[in-house]
Amino acid sequence: MASALSWGVVFLLIITSVGLLVSREWRWSMALLAGQYFAAFWLVSLHWPLTMAAAKLITGWMAAAALGMTQINAREYQSGEASWPQGRVFRLFSAGLVLLAVFTTSPSVTDWLPGAGLPDVTGAFTLISLGLLHLGMTASPLRVTLGLLTVLLGFETLYAAVENSILVAGLLSAVTLGLALAGSYLVILTSAEEAP
Amino acid sequence: MTAPVIWIGIPLGLAALLFILPRERLIAYIGTLVALALAGIAYWIPPGTAQRIGALSLLIEPSLSVLGRQITLDSGDQTLLILVYGIAAFWFFGTLATGQARQVVSLGLAVIALLVASLAVRPFLYAALLIEMAVLVAVPLLAPPGSRPGRGLLRFLIHQTFAMPFILLAGFLLSGVEAGPADVAQIVQSALLLLMGFAFLLAVFPLNTWIPLLAEESSPYAVGFILTILPTFGLVLALNFIDRFSWLRNSAQLPSILQTVGLTTLVTAGIWAAFQRHLGRIVAYAIIAETGVSLLALSLPDQQIGLQILFYLFIPRALALGVWTISITILQRRAGDLRFSAFQGLAREYPLACAGIVFANLALSGAPLLAAFPIRQALWENLAGQSLWPAFWFGLASLGLWVIALRSLAVFTMFPENTEWTSLETWPQRILIILGLLGLFALGLFPQWARPLLSNLPAMFEYLGK
Repeated sequence: MASALSWGVVFLLIITSVGLLVSREWRWSMALLAGQYFAAFWLVSLHWPLTMAAAKLITGWMAAAALGMTQINAREYQSGEASWPQGRVFRLFSAGLVLLAVFTTSPSVTDWLPGAGLPDVTGAFTLISLGLLHLGMTASPLRVTLGLLTVLLGFETLYAAVENSILVAGLLSAVTLGLALAGSYLVILTSAEEAP
Repeated sequence: MTAPVIWIGIPLGLAALLFILPRERLIAYIGTLVALALAGIAYWIPPGTAQRIGALSLLIEPSLSVLGRQITLDSGDQTLLILVYGIAAFWFFGTLATGQARQVVSLGLAVIALLVASLAVRPFLYAALLIEMAVLVAVPLLAPPGSRPGRGLLRFLIHQTFAMPFILLAGFLLSGVEAGPADVAQIVQSALLLLMGFAFLLAVFPLNTWIPLLAEESSPYAVGFILTILPTFGLVLALNFIDRFSWLRNSAQLPSILQTVGLTTLVTAGIWAAFQRHLGRIVAYAIIAETGVSLLALSLPDQQIGLQILFYLFIPRALALGVWTISITILQRRAGDLRFSAFQGLAREYPLACAGIVFANLALSGAPLLAAFPIRQALWENLAGQSLWPAFWFGLASLGLWVIALRSLAVFTMFPENTEWTSLETWPQRILIILGLLGLFALGLFPQWARPLLSNLPAMFEYLGK
């Protein structure tokens, strides 16, 4: 039952991270980011006490809220990405290829990390690889921040299986919030520059 | 009071306070004095060692417990604390000439405090997290309000953030290697992760494209400050890994990997620097070359000599980069741009700033009489003792940096005939550049002056220092 639920969570992670890659509307992106943190919370709670896992969830939601509030106040910045190709179909196709690689490699990586189950590794690798793909397709501060948060969340999910220090949990939360604040700051700068 | 409170807590608190002070000069003075005071305390009252002052006995407790883990700064860290806060004082004082005290001093103090925390956290593997936090604080320092963040800053953020997961995971795997019987596959995996982590953190070739971009977009002084401090702590973290894990310390492959990576980084930077026409990018390539030099020093078969060379390069590097970026900032205000075309003939209007740029560049290329010469000479000699090829490439890279110094000089002196000599630098700018240049020559002529301070630095490592 728990395993089936874990795979359900991995499916949710796939939906949210592919959604983040494809979505152009920042409101959807923030909702997907929040959903991503919720799904990761479930995987992390398999290894950490609920309170510590909840701290990660709340930090992630705070990060999404900080980015969202910045977007509300900033001038709408629709990044006309300079690189080609830009279409949704291409992004979906790339995400499909990346996911294929994730499902192929995850079983062998599980051996490296004692304590991490296959759903943990698959979920974490999905986040890391789709986050990397996201970073490779954008030069917009908001998108870069979303990509970095996704990669970092993937790593945190994996690392939670092997390390349960409170200090590490606290520092990782600080890094997540710091990244969101740095991203918000860059979004504000970009928006101010573009304002007429 | 405990050492972490003094050297981490106080600077962090003060950084927040300085940020809201209204006057830039006041911020510069306070920041400089505080940094000097922290260096002085480290010198006179080393953490964990009781000192008698008259009837008083002073002891700074070395450890503080935070969330179940120890943050410890002991007497072994004394020299690094003096060095780091001393270098910080120099850079903060420099803001009197460049006028960026609010960013460089307040945020710089926070960056340094976080980096010192990375040195103090136990187990040391968690240092990667604190370095990442310092990187995040550096973002507003590199892109102050009113500027537009460019690709260089975004790449800086991405690359430095990537370093953290690799290093943390490698640390976890390495602990397993150390604890259990040697598993070749696990060693290879952890070594690869570690290599990737430090490749991102130290920005070795080819993961350093963001440095020239950042130097083009951001203030040269802010970039110089961050890229003086961050790689220093990155190298210390790398040394901690080598020191802590015996298989890594005794690995036969490590020196050749370090030499290959170091030489590639140094040579590409040296050669590409020679063809640049943008003063910011030239500084960037010099910084990249310095990382290569540091890795080459670590690759030497005699680890003691390698460590001495590595640490002895810290002061000349900070001094030269400080003088260089102060001088560039002064010229940038006049020319509005950092391309060569904007600097033609400025030697007669800004002779000291132009001299600062040329001599600092020459110092980092290892020119005789200047600060880095004796140390680079020692490194070159040791490389030649191993094989002539690394020595040849080292010479070629240094030649590239020489060439660009001479090209800069040629551009600065392209003035029309009958141009009057004048000096448009302000008095604080003149004083800072002259002091910096005197320091560069003094360290070149009397390198032994740095010995009392730096000779103890290897003692911070349990095994490498012996």
